[in-house]
Parts: sequence; structure tokens; C-alpha cells
Amino acid sequence: MSLENFLIVSAILFAIGLYGALSKRNAIAVLMSIELMFNAVNLAAVAFSRYTVPAALGGRGEMAHMLLTGHVFSIFIITIAAAEVALGLAIVIAVYRSRSTIFVTDAAQLSK
Amino acid sequence: MSLGQGTEGSLIVDIVFWVLAVSSIASAIAVVQMRNLFRAALFLIGSFLAVAGMFILLRAEFLAAVQVLIYVGAISVLIIFAILMTGEVERGSPAHTLRIPVGVLAALFAAVAVFVAVGTDWQIIDTLIQSGEIGSAAANQIEVVFSNTIPSIARLLLQDFVLAFEVASVVLLAAIIGAIALIREG
Repeated sequence: MSLENFLIVSAILFAIGLYGALSKRNAIAVLMSIELMFNAVNLAAVAFSRYTVPAALGGRGEMAHMLLTGHVFSIFIITIAAAEVALGLAIVIAVYRSRSTIFVTDAAQLSK
Repeated sequence: MSLGQGTEGSLIVDIVFWVLAVSSIASAIAVVQMRNLFRAALFLIGSFLAVAGMFILLRAEFLAAVQVLIYVGAISVLIIFAILMTGEVERGSPAHTLRIPVGVLAALFAAVAVFVAVGTDWQIIDTLIQSGEIGSAAANQIEVVFSNTIPSIARLLLQDFVLAFEVASVVLLAAIIGAIALIREG
């Protein structure tokens, strides 16, 4: 178990999410795939935080809290993901109300 | 002194890591392959839980709790609500005709990312501590930071990244108001 293991898992998760986001026709499935990609990025950020050293560590480790920058980035990503999924699902439901479909291929135009 | 004294490197932790890795990747594949959207959402929860377990292996217990609360508790429930409200479970989520080129693109991306991850000479904390490049005082500080991450996260959020922290709260507020405005009847 090393940094490389976590990065490889993260890369595979991101690639699966990328495939789903680009190939799915159902808008909710696209949103779920995007969540998978966010999650993969979080995993990579936390793994970097645990295993690598920031330049600003300081000789006696007085800046050791900077090691957790990856954790803070993950928290921001989780926040943005929550905002994104709330807005995305609101748009999906609004589209479903006006055209009774949530397939991105059927709703390709902004106006009817 | 190494960061991983005690648990890491032992066989049982390796086994836990591989179980989590395989289950998270298998659940992710199920998410994009399931035709039934509701089941795909359940597998999405499984993938999130496996990643939360990996956060614990990375000594990020606070983030694991946040992951379970927000991803498993809030985002997944929201997605399941939307699936049930739109009632498109039966039609499922077929892939469109560009499936194969997109799959090749994703595989290429994964190959490049894995190549970079394996080929780069990372500066790993534990080896730097063992070789003495990080002094024992700094190593002690690092151990303090990782034994309880919450004070350091608080310091980073409210000192070093305070602007981003405030902007994130405004973004959340805007998203909430926007979502309400979008789905309001009329």
C-alpha cells in the first residue's frame, strides 16, 4: 500500500466516471458519473496529502499543518459537488416537467 | 520514527486496501453499466463507502466522516429522489452510439495517469523521515498533525484558505436559491 496504489485506483475511478459522463444518455446517469469523477479526485488529493511533503514544511515542522492542504481541497470539492448536484437535479426536474424526458439526446435544444 | 508505525505495512491493512479498491472500482463499473438507474444509484453509494474506507486508511478520519455524511447521506438521497420523481427507471440509462470511442478515450486517460503515477519519483514522507532529511522535530510535528487532523484543517480553512472558505459558502447559498427558483411551479 503506497501512494502509487491509491493514485492508480483514483485514475481508474476517474476514467470510469469519464466514460459514464460522456457515453450516457440519461441526464441523472451523467450526474452520477460526474460524482464518481469528483470522488476520484478527492481520493488523489487525500493520498497526496498523506504521502508527499509540501515545500513549506519548515525545518522544525512549524508549518506541518500545511500537510493537510489536500484535505482542505477535498472539503472544497465536496462542497462544490453538493452545490452542483443540487442545481443539476433541479435542472433535470425542470426539463422533465417541460418535455417529460431526461435523455440528453432528446433535449438537445434550449427552446422547444 | 515513521508515520506508519503500527498499522501500515501489516498484511491485514494491505488486504483491507485491496478489498476496498476492488469493491470501489467494481461498484463504479456497475454504476455506468447498470441499465436500471435505481440500482446504479445504490452501487454509487457502495463506491462512496469504499472510498470513505480508503480515507480512513489514509489517516483522514474526519474526511471519511464528511464523505459518509455528505455523499452517502445527502447527495445519494437527492439523486434517488430525482430518479423516483422523474420516473424514468424503466427506460434505464442506455449509452449512445459514441460508446466505443469514448471508452477508448477513457482507457487512454487511465493509461496516461497510471504511467505518470508510477513513473514519477515522489518525495514520500516516510522515506524522507527514515533517511533523516526531515529532522526528528519536524517528524514529531507531522505525527501530531496526523494523529488529530481537525485542528490543522480548522487552521487551514479559517486562516490560509479563508477567502475560498467564504466564497464557498456564497456558492452554496447561490446554488440553494438557484435550485429553488428553478423547480418552483409556474
